[in-house]
Amino acid sequence: DGNYCVTGGSDKTLKLWNPYKGTLLRSYLGHGYEVLDAAGSFDNSQLCSGSADKTVALWDVATGQAVRKFRGHAGKVNSVQFNEEATVIVSGSIDSSVRCWDCRSRRPEPVQVLDEAKDGVSSVKVSDHEILAGSVDGRVRRYDLRAGELYSDYVGSPVTCVCFTKDGQCVLVASLASPLRLLDKDTGEMLGEYCGHRSSACRLDCVLSERDAHVGCASEDGAVYLWDLVEGSLALRLPVGQGAVQALAFHPTRPVLLAATGGTLQLWDTGDTAGDTGG
Amino acid sequence: MAASSDEEEDLVSYGRALPALHEGERLKKPVPLQEQTVKDAKGRYQRFHGAFTGGFSAGYFNTVGTKEGWTPSSFISSRQKRADKTVLGPEDFMDEEDLSEFGIAPKDITTTEDFASKSKDRIKEKARQLAGVVAAIPGTTAFDDLIGPSKITIGVELLRKMGWKEGQGIGPRIKRKPRRQKPDPQVKVYGCALPPGLSEGSEDEEDEYQPENVTFAPKDVMPVDLTPKENVHGLGYKGLDPTQALCGVPGREHLNLFPDSSEKTDDLLGDLRHTKGRKLGITGQAFGVGALEEEDDDIYATETLSKYDTILKDEEPGDGLYGWTAPKQYKSKKRFESEVKYIGKILDGFSLASKASTPNKTYPPPDLPRNYRPVHYFRPVLAAGSENCHLRKALEESTGKLESDTTQPSRHALNASQRGERLGETVLKGPAPSVLEYLSEKDRERLKEVRKASEQQMKVKMLPQQSPSSRFQPASAKDAPHKWQMFWAGQLANAGSSDFKPFAKNPEKQKRYESFVQSIKQGQKDTLEHCLDPNMTEWERGREQEEFFRAAMFYKSSNSVLSSRFTRAKYEDDIDKVEVPRDQENDIDDKESAVKMKMFGKLTRDKFEWHPEKLLCKRFNVPDPYPDSSIVGLPKVKRDKYSVFNFLTLTEPTTSVTQATNEGNQQSNTCDKPKKPSRWDVSDKEKEKKDSISEFISLARSKADAQQQPPAPKTEECITEANETPPSETTNEDKDQEEESRPSMDLFKAIFVSSSDEKSSSSEEESDEEPEPTVPAANPETAKQADIPDSSSSNVQANVATTTEPSLPLLPVLKKEPDVGEEFGPRLPPAFCSGRSCRLSVLNRKEKHKKNREKHRTKRDHKHKKEKKKKQKKHKTKGKHKNKKTEKDSSSDS
Repeated sequence: DGNYCVTGGSDKTLKLWNPYKGTLLRSYLGHGYEVLDAAGSFDNSQLCSGSADKTVALWDVATGQAVRKFRGHAGKVNSVQFNEEATVIVSGSIDSSVRCWDCRSRRPEPVQVLDEAKDGVSSVKVSDHEILAGSVDGRVRRYDLRAGELYSDYVGSPVTCVCFTKDGQCVLVASLASPLRLLDKDTGEMLGEYCGHRSSACRLDCVLSERDAHVGCASEDGAVYLWDLVEGSLALRLPVGQGAVQALAFHPTRPVLLAATGGTLQLWDTGDTAGDTGG
Repeated sequence: MAASSDEEEDLVSYGRALPALHEGERLKKPVPLQEQTVKDAKGRYQRFHGAFTGGFSAGYFNTVGTKEGWTPSSFISSRQKRADKTVLGPEDFMDEEDLSEFGIAPKDITTTEDFASKSKDRIKEKARQLAGVVAAIPGTTAFDDLIGPSKITIGVELLRKMGWKEGQGIGPRIKRKPRRQKPDPQVKVYGCALPPGLSEGSEDEEDEYQPENVTFAPKDVMPVDLTPKENVHGLGYKGLDPTQALCGVPGREHLNLFPDSSEKTDDLLGDLRHTKGRKLGITGQAFGVGALEEEDDDIYATETLSKYDTILKDEEPGDGLYGWTAPKQYKSKKRFESEVKYIGKILDGFSLASKASTPNKTYPPPDLPRNYRPVHYFRPVLAAGSENCHLRKALEESTGKLESDTTQPSRHALNASQRGERLGETVLKGPAPSVLEYLSEKDRERLKEVRKASEQQMKVKMLPQQSPSSRFQPASAKDAPHKWQMFWAGQLANAGSSDFKPFAKNPEKQKRYESFVQSIKQGQKDTLEHCLDPNMTEWERGREQEEFFRAAMFYKSSNSVLSSRFTRAKYEDDIDKVEVPRDQENDIDDKESAVKMKMFGKLTRDKFEWHPEKLLCKRFNVPDPYPDSSIVGLPKVKRDKYSVFNFLTLTEPTTSVTQATNEGNQQSNTCDKPKKPSRWDVSDKEKEKKDSISEFISLARSKADAQQQPPAPKTEECITEANETPPSETTNEDKDQEEESRPSMDLFKAIFVSSSDEKSSSSEEESDEEPEPTVPAANPETAKQADIPDSSSSNVQANVATTTEPSLPLLPVLKKEPDVGEEFGPRLPPAFCSGRSCRLSVLNRKEKHKKNREKHRTKRDHKHKKEKKKKQKKHKTKGKHKNKKTEKDSSSDS
């Protein structure tokens, strides 16, 4: 998003913040249970959110109204993501399916259901022609639309978070009780391994910095770990809070890190605490 | 006069006699023609007007109206009746006269075309012939004959069904030399041209050797042409044959009466071929030789006498066709054939055998046994599966469980795998339906042995204790549980229990349990005795033994049944799907190892073909990779679906052994009709069994009461404890059940416990070492219901804590409580009123209480028996019925 940040809370609302000033811009009500994930469109005009009420909602940023609600998941929606043009919402749910919802048409059912996962899908990422889904069954599935192929990489332990590198060549995979792994997208080979953080039970985020220089990951010990991508050495440990760091986001262009823990959202700017906002 | 009357008698009179003329009456003048009118059946004058026939009567009495006048038939909205609007045919506008015999659409019975003989449509035939002649290419209509599926009349069809073939005659088969009929299509074509005699003469060129026993169809007889002579031509006159005339075969057939047969066939077959080169010309008898005709030899050819036979010879036997006028060639050939049977080119170096080779010796078939029946029937194959079935049945019989199964039709007693086995299908690899399947013959034998031994042992053990209560309990019901246990013990024999520690909290007991399981595995007979703690009382031992059984049983059930039904998502692909992806993600194990070795890459990667939705591609601005495929997602292949219920029918008892009672209460309101009666049956059985157990327990308790005071109050206490909450049946039972099924409780909770607070309460209980104190607290209903009982019970508990003997291990005693509680909890409603008062009272009152209880118990037992009988009648609604019954019991009692 760059300028704004969206938080989904257990108070069933979606809140839009200005992270630099720490001001609450808007809150979006309409979900029946806690909001588990949210994402913004490329033009900041729309938001999508996935909730524990099994729905995926599409919000209009300006009016604060829920434009669409997509029902179809059989379980909590863990992760949502827009595609590049905000025409499709890809959502991963605990019901072990990834569903692609069409934002343009009024179709109530998903465009496609990717139900190859054997267990809940914890994380979804979308690139221009790929859908990356990390599942609790220990696999990272990459659906390549252009090639019409599905690549499934097995990492052994439940995958908590996946993300593409900025250059789109690699995939960063965080899984429970194991180090972060950087996998080559094409061959599935492991390029790097980053350990040191604690991740035993929670769904923790991992990020890549703006130039793919660093790998960041939230940890259950209340810190954010940053590793050097190439060397794999721990570069920085940011003590964020007491509890587990629930969410982590990196600014797309600037070295700014956003971390959420225990009801607060913190913005870190290149190592210096920039400010935090109450959630 | 007499003569005349005689004559009259002889005469045959036709027509109607004129009315006798009366005298004095004038002859009536005949009605002039112009005054004769034609009237129809209704007395209407018939005039010529009308649309169709010039129908005689149009409208209503020659008006344009109808009987109703101009009133239209009542209006019917066509909105609803639109569908059955009838299409009006011409008949709807016709009068009934039109449909009568002389109308335009007469309705009378006629032979349909199917049954009509062909000769009827002579006109058509003629037209066809004519067309054939007139057509530009002569004989083209012949192809119509060939190609067009000429309609076969019913008669022909019937004949064909009887074995008749075209060209054959009709009648019984004859033993004689064949008269081969050539169903030559060409003959048909030129049928009009060829005299019938000739076509026949051309046959029988090659008469071959025929075996004696071959019969032949009779010769087709040419029907005698009975066409009357209608013309004025001379007899035998034949007009100019147009075919001959046009095709330029100038009357050859007529003149050469006996040409070479080969030549003739040539003619037959190659007529057209011959004529091809020739010019067309009109030739013929009547016309003489045409100007264009070169050879005119035929015209004046005379039939010389030399061509006729002049000598009478004896006729060929059985050959009525050719008389003495038979052609020479034919006769000579016959003679020749009698000499040499093989005509043909004899190869060099070979000579014709002078005598026929002796026929191969044939051996007569073996004599059939007298009682042989030439029908094969299938004996039930005694394969391994069915044997297991029998064995199981035998086992069940001994436990008294059989009736639930035998009442089912035998067809349904088979499960899919057995059926498949009978059908010879290959056995599917999957979770095996039964452990017994795996047992070897020896093991089974051993199993039986163990069972028998233990039965006896049990009996011996029980006998002294039995006496007080034996009048209430049938003996079979008494040792049923033990048989049952033994049965399960056998099943458990190869269920590994390495990762299952039901008594982990009490290491000593766990050890005992393990040795118990181990000894069962080894099939030792006195397994139970020596692995139990020697310094325990007999009763305790019995309890523990039962406990072990139950634990092992639960382990078994959770191991096989549940694991076969519920797959762990991480390791198992769901195999119950009908359609599974064509490409399965391959073996996890090597991947796991690869991950351990950090060898990511090819080992951990699977690549599949995946078809994205077209719209998705469009939205992603990506060209569709498979533009012409209709598949979406992974390509699927059909796979055998095997239902979950296959497993259920076999191993059902294991799941529901103790669960069922609980489930019955839980689900009775939700699902009225149980899908699988067996489940409920088992529950009933189980109750029965528990009754007997309780009997046993009570006995033991009374004994223990006499012997040692401390444990008795404890059990009493827990009974009252359980009794204080009869209305909250389900929850109470839940609790009991949960406590009892401690080993595999997680599983059961996950499956059966529906409401969340139940779960939480049970988990609380579990976390506690002692279930007792938590009982009132954990059970919200209980707590709500009676505050006083709570406090009182806790008081008593304090007592109990003090009174517990130090030598006695705590856990076993605690363990047994749930059973007792389960036993008494929901089913002894009077305890609700009496139990409360009793609780505060001193111990001596409890004796009375117990008696009271026992009375109830016997009552209940009787009811159970009754139900059992009913069960046999209608076992479908049994579960439901049963539940109702118990509820009724409790309500009526309280």
